[in-house]
Amino acid sequence: MLENTLLTGKLVRLAAIDPESAAPTLSKWRKNSEFDRLLDMDPATLFSPKAVREWTEKHLDDFLTHEFHIRAVEDDRLIGFVGLGGEQMKVHGDTFVGIGIGEPDFWGKGYGTEAMNLILQYAFMELNLQRVSLDVFEYNPRAIHSYEKAGFRIEGRQRKTMMREGKRWDVIYMGILREEWLEQYKSNSVSTRPE
Amino acid sequence: MDISASLFDGKQVRLGPIDHDKDFEIESRWTHDPSFMRMMEINPMRPLSVFQLKKKYEALEKEIDEQRNLFHFRIRAAADDRLVGFGELKWISWPNGAGYIRLGIGAGDDRRKGYGLEALGLLVRYAFAELNLYRLSASIPEYNTGALALFQKAGFQQEVCRRKALARDGRRWDATLFGLLADEWKA
Repeated sequence: MLENTLLTGKLVRLAAIDPESAAPTLSKWRKNSEFDRLLDMDPATLFSPKAVREWTEKHLDDFLTHEFHIRAVEDDRLIGFVGLGGEQMKVHGDTFVGIGIGEPDFWGKGYGTEAMNLILQYAFMELNLQRVSLDVFEYNPRAIHSYEKAGFRIEGRQRKTMMREGKRWDVIYMGILREEWLEQYKSNSVSTRPE
Repeated sequence: MDISASLFDGKQVRLGPIDHDKDFEIESRWTHDPSFMRMMEINPMRPLSVFQLKKKYEALEKEIDEQRNLFHFRIRAAADDRLVGFGELKWISWPNGAGYIRLGIGAGDDRRKGYGLEALGLLVRYAFAELNLYRLSASIPEYNTGALALFQKAGFQQEVCRRKALARDGRRWDATLFGLLADEWKA
C-alpha cells in the first residue's frame, strides 16, 4: 500500500499556493527585517501585496513548481513556505531546499522542523531525488538545530561570505543523502506506524 | 602592484573582449569535446553550432548589461592573440563583496602549459584590486582533478564538501566549494 501521509503532519500541512489570498500575508512577513535577514543574503527589502501577487503568479509554473505554503493543522493559518529548487534536480538528483516560517509566534516550536520532514519525504519518496542540500547563515543557530534534527549534516562553511551589521559571517552548507534519510525514515516508521 | 600595472596582460596570456567574428568557430569545436565540456559544465554536454553560440553570447551580453553582476573575459595567448579559453566572475553579490569564479582552457593542446594558472591570477587580481570584492568562491567536481590542483595552487581553500552531489558515468561524485579571501590573496 502507498503511504497517505504525504504532505500532512501533526502540526503542519503543505498546501498549494494561492497568490491572491496569500499576498497580503507574504507582504506583511517581509516587514519583519529579522525574518528577511535570516532568509536571504540579498538586502532586506519591502514588497507590496500587488508585487508579491504578480511575482508569485508569474513563477508558479516554473521555478515555484515544487513550492508549498505551510499551514498550521490546528486552524489552517498560513505560517510559512517551503520549496525545492535548483537546476540540478532533474539530471543530478540534487536540490536545494528553502524554508521560512513568517509568523514569529511559530518559531522554535517544531513547526518548521515538521515542514522540513514533510518536504524531505516529498523529495525522496515522490520526486525520487538522491540528495537534498541547503545553506544557512552562521547567525541562525535555531535553523541549524532544526535542520540537524531533520537529519541534515554540516558539510562545510563558506568563510566570511556575508556582511551584516559591519561583521562578516560564514554560510554553512548542509546536506542529506537519500540513504541517510531512508535509514531514519525506516526507524521512525517502526515506532509510529501500524503494521 | 600599482595603477600602471596592466590588469589584463600576463606573460603567457591576456584577458580580452569577445571577438564576434572569430571566436565562435573555435568555441564550437570545444563544445564537441567531452574532455572540455564535462569539466566546464555540470549540465548535460551539448555541442553548439556557431549560430547557437552567437545567440548564447547575445543573451550573455544582455545579462551583463542588465544585471551588472557578471564579468566575462576571453583568454588569449599573449604571443599571437589566439583564443585559448574564457573566464568569468559571476553571481556577484555587491553588498556582501562576494562572487564566484570559473575558467576553462578550451583545446587539449593548450592545457598543462600554465595558461590557466596565469589567467586565474589575472581574474583574481581583477576581482580584488578592481572590483573590490572580499571573497571568491569556486565549485569544482571531484572528477575535475586538473581544476582541483589549479585552485589549490592559486591559494584557494577547500571549504565545503557537497557529498555525492553530481551524477556522471553511472556513479555519484562530490562537489567541492573553494574559497579565497582578499586578505589571504594579499598576504
